Amino acid sequence: MKAAVFEYHRPASAEAAVEMLAELGEDAKVLAGGQSLVPVMAMRLGRPEHLVDVNRIAELGGVSRSDGMLRVGALTRHRALERDEAIGRDVPLLARAATHIGHFQIRNRGTLGGSLAHADPAAELPAVAVALDAVIEARSVRGSRSIPAGDFFVSAFTTVLEPDELVTAVHLPAWGPGSGFAVAELARRHGDFAIAGAACGLQVADGRIVRAAVALIGMGSVPIRALTAEQALSGAAADAGAGADEADLAAVGRDAVAALEPPSDAHGSAAYRRRVGAHMVARALGLALAEAREAQETQGVPA
Amino acid sequence: MSELDVTLTVNGQRRRARVEPRRTLADLLRQELGLTGTHLACEHGVCGSCTVLVDGEAVRSCLMFGVQADGSEVTTVEGLAGDEPGSLGPVQRAFWETHGLQCGFCTPGFVVSVTAFLRECPDPDDEQIREALSGNLCRCTGYQGIVRAVRLAARLCREELRREEAGS
Repeated sequence: MKAAVFEYHRPASAEAAVEMLAELGEDAKVLAGGQSLVPVMAMRLGRPEHLVDVNRIAELGGVSRSDGMLRVGALTRHRALERDEAIGRDVPLLARAATHIGHFQIRNRGTLGGSLAHADPAAELPAVAVALDAVIEARSVRGSRSIPAGDFFVSAFTTVLEPDELVTAVHLPAWGPGSGFAVAELARRHGDFAIAGAACGLQVADGRIVRAAVALIGMGSVPIRALTAEQALSGAAADAGAGADEADLAAVGRDAVAALEPPSDAHGSAAYRRRVGAHMVARALGLALAEAREAQETQGVPA
Repeated sequence: MSELDVTLTVNGQRRRARVEPRRTLADLLRQELGLTGTHLACEHGVCGSCTVLVDGEAVRSCLMFGVQADGSEVTTVEGLAGDEPGSLGPVQRAFWETHGLQCGFCTPGFVVSVTAFLRECPDPDDEQIREALSGNLCRCTGYQGIVRAVRLAARLCREELRREEAGS
């Protein structure tokens, strides 16, 4: 359980990092939080010849807001996602999803950019990125490009990133008033990867759902946007008993997973995952809707 | 097989070592610096035995390379003992008094994790305690004694803090 020999590089800037990646090519891997890469290397499932450690690159950190979007630096640790005030206010789904990742010792090291680049289909943050139409900023010696999260994930552990590209930041929209967000997942033990889960957001205005975002965790080779569920919810009455009560959300959950082919493994068959996935969609929607209703009610009331 | 120079502060002492990049922080602590209190079990980030504090935050020292700790401040279980030689710190004392260990192999990781947890959450309820312990595995105790140990440790740490505040 020891990693094979590699050469260690510690660039001080993003520019130096992408130059190194360009020079080293496919033999190099970016080392961010290391909470997935180092186990892979310890078990010799991967043996990169070069590691480019980006942990000391200050410009990869930080959270800033412009034009209704929050820009979160790729090196932001999961624990910072949980605690950052701007993230908690503008993109609470990101903060809540982070609390489901591993254990606090893992969250002290793991990073947002690393989680997206690793692209584990059972991971929370890729699902949040897909649900919220995040945009991933990637840099190479050829320049910077913006990749919509919906185009970013190709298959399990595979993204559209070129070997010499570095994720520098993630841009996420702030939804504004009347919104509610939730992550629901089933894991055998706290901190384990989910057997199935869902991340969602709902926005309510004038008693109707005006915006819905749902993505499924662990239900395919990439995080899956539940477009049929979103369409069913958009425009629906948001009040209990008027089209948005528990039975309706359960039906939306069943529809969301009906056409999916989730994996079968020791933790559960495809059929079991579909059942769990449907429940997780309904549960997350119920929580998000309750929050959105409450947010709408308190809105406009003078403080 | 090139080796790199690393300088770090471990338990308040400045230490230097030359290590191969592929060696983990746990390897560096145990083999180069002789601090064998940090235990390695799974070596891929699952069991929590190797937990140490890096710049005050609990991390798995098998999931960091030693060279990454260059310039950092590291606290191992050796740094959590009591002030008198051979005495126990409050978290260690709590494990001792409540049978929070049997074979003791996992205990250093638990002691470090619990120390970090109680700094952030000095008066936890049982649910918070169980969640905080979820990243450390113990194959002997069944965890009941460990949960009791954390309850007692929380009290001992709060008392210690009060004494320090009263004394200052």
